[in-house]
Amino acid sequence: MESKLHGIMAEFDTPSDLVDAARKVRDAGYTKTDAFSPFPLHEIDEALGIKRSILPYLIFCGGITGLLSGIGLQYFVHVFDWPIIVGGRPHFSLPAFIPPAYELTILFSAFVAVFGMLFLNGLPAPYHPVFNVPRFALATREKFFLIIESKDEKYDYAETRSFMESLAPQEVFDVEE
Amino acid sequence: MKDDKELQKKLHPAMLEGDHSFASVTDKISDVTLKKRTPFHWFIGFGLAFMVAQLLLFSVMWLLANGIGVWGNNQPVGWAFDIINFVWWIGIGHAGTLISAILLLLNQKWRTSINRFAEAMTLFAVACAAMFPLLHTGRPWLAAYWLFPYPNTMGIWPNFRSPLIWDVFAVSTYATVSALFWYVGLIPDLATLRDRAKNKYFKFVYAALSWGWRGSARHWHRYEITYLILAGLSTPLVLSVHSIVSFDFSVSQVPGWHATIFPPYFVAGAVFAGFAMVLILCIPLRKWYRMQDFITHQHLVYMAKVMLATGLIVVYGYAMEAFFGWYSGAQYELFMVKNRIWEGPYWWSYWLLIFCNGISIQFLWFKRFRESEFWLFVISIIVSVGMWLERFVIIVTSLHRDFLPSSWAMYSPRVWDWTMFIGTIGFFFTLIYLFVRFVPIISIFEVRTLLPEANVHGHQQDFEENVNEVEYTYDRTDPPNE
Repeated sequence: MESKLHGIMAEFDTPSDLVDAARKVRDAGYTKTDAFSPFPLHEIDEALGIKRSILPYLIFCGGITGLLSGIGLQYFVHVFDWPIIVGGRPHFSLPAFIPPAYELTILFSAFVAVFGMLFLNGLPAPYHPVFNVPRFALATREKFFLIIESKDEKYDYAETRSFMESLAPQEVFDVEE
Repeated sequence: MKDDKELQKKLHPAMLEGDHSFASVTDKISDVTLKKRTPFHWFIGFGLAFMVAQLLLFSVMWLLANGIGVWGNNQPVGWAFDIINFVWWIGIGHAGTLISAILLLLNQKWRTSINRFAEAMTLFAVACAAMFPLLHTGRPWLAAYWLFPYPNTMGIWPNFRSPLIWDVFAVSTYATVSALFWYVGLIPDLATLRDRAKNKYFKFVYAALSWGWRGSARHWHRYEITYLILAGLSTPLVLSVHSIVSFDFSVSQVPGWHATIFPPYFVAGAVFAGFAMVLILCIPLRKWYRMQDFITHQHLVYMAKVMLATGLIVVYGYAMEAFFGWYSGAQYELFMVKNRIWEGPYWWSYWLLIFCNGISIQFLWFKRFRESEFWLFVISIIVSVGMWLERFVIIVTSLHRDFLPSSWAMYSPRVWDWTMFIGTIGFFFTLIYLFVRFVPIISIFEVRTLLPEANVHGHQQDFEENVNEVEYTYDRTDPPNE
């Protein structure tokens, strides 16, 4: 039975309880953990030891790609593929090329921001073991959950479960795989 | 807990009224979408809007069948209702982005309960706006290679030195980024609807749309980064979009268009018109759906103040336009000013504009008008009309008499100009009604963060200590440590 479990989950009523419990879980040496809340909690990153995401760097790269594509496209069109003089401007009229390149910078960054976030989060994920807990439906309404996954090195069913119960949760659940 | 609430009330002047918890906030907002019975007034409103939207369908059909000769624009007024309506609609959209992005960066908490439908308004307004230039091409199925640089068999490229192509890039980027921003904001709320829906089909649809969101701390961490960066990207975007729209005019040499004040003046005008539209939507919505707890009186007052401030910038723009016309010493510029304001046949549109945008907003200086929903609604409608007139004045009075008196002419719209414009209003409200029915109109997860319980207690203590200090020292409206 133990091997089939995804992990052990505890339910809390308030964000403060969740953050306190998360700190204890981290201090006890568990690493394969996660917390669930109905809104973003800034304190939980530190409490669970979540590292800053690389997402901003990816977005920056997306922006640079957009800028270069914008300039490159216009260079290709007006200098390389079909050079034509319009209004006496040089073939490579950089000031006029700024607005499209600027817009493409923003467009590419936004795409990376959104789809990069979803990709790094592993979404879309239509199925996840945590949804097996009926009470978990309240994680998008008012309740706060903390989980220690069974793949954690320190995980031991009896010990972890009693540790979870010591954190003063509302309830502790076994999460089936 | 009770003390906390009183404290919160003191610190945030009524950003959230009533006695709420995470659960009650969630239920109250999501019930509008999930409740079985759709209110009767929804059917009436939707039905009316949908009927008017048919006018658009018919006008477009007529236009495509007969060509743009069915419209009143003809040389020298080649740009008329289509571009007036384009600029009007796209300007309306700007308030949505201002609320969702700029106010987020400025840490203005009052944006929280109005950002969702302001963003929806942006999307729908941009959809209405985009139709006009596309249909103005007369043959929109060919517009793909006129507007977008894609390798076609004719080997033709658009001219990137033209502001019109800048416009294509600006507006399409704006529409895409606004849609992404709106959708990202919706994901956690769609997950809430998924978990609360009883009907299994709705549950399936919301589950699919929320991409399996489960509120994991790691997900929220990246989510917040994305949300903040999108706000950071949308801010220069929204300013650039209306600047580029104004380049359509100011890069040309037509007197009345060729002015350096255009970009800031257009951006302020856009926000001005947009806030008027937000108020027009917001005042009835909060009443019909009993959302006064979330969209409080204070929200309306703040919006009124933003409207007044941006309105004054616009009035400054009018003054500067006239001043530049005179100060330039150029014969054509001076003539344009005279022609626009008192000598020309369209003088009435200018003075109507001054009344709508200049005089009507002065009432907002007074608390009595600012705090009355009725007057705010009336002023917002007047401002919407005024901002439409502004584009009419800029476009028609500049074009109808330019350099060569022999090519002067009068412009008047025909019936198909009007039906198409009114049709887009119907289309806009149809979309708004659908949005109100199927999507939470207020961002639920962000409103949860406004509750005092949302503060983690370590911070709550700092917060209370600072509050005591604050009361003795100076009057601040925001908790210093957040």
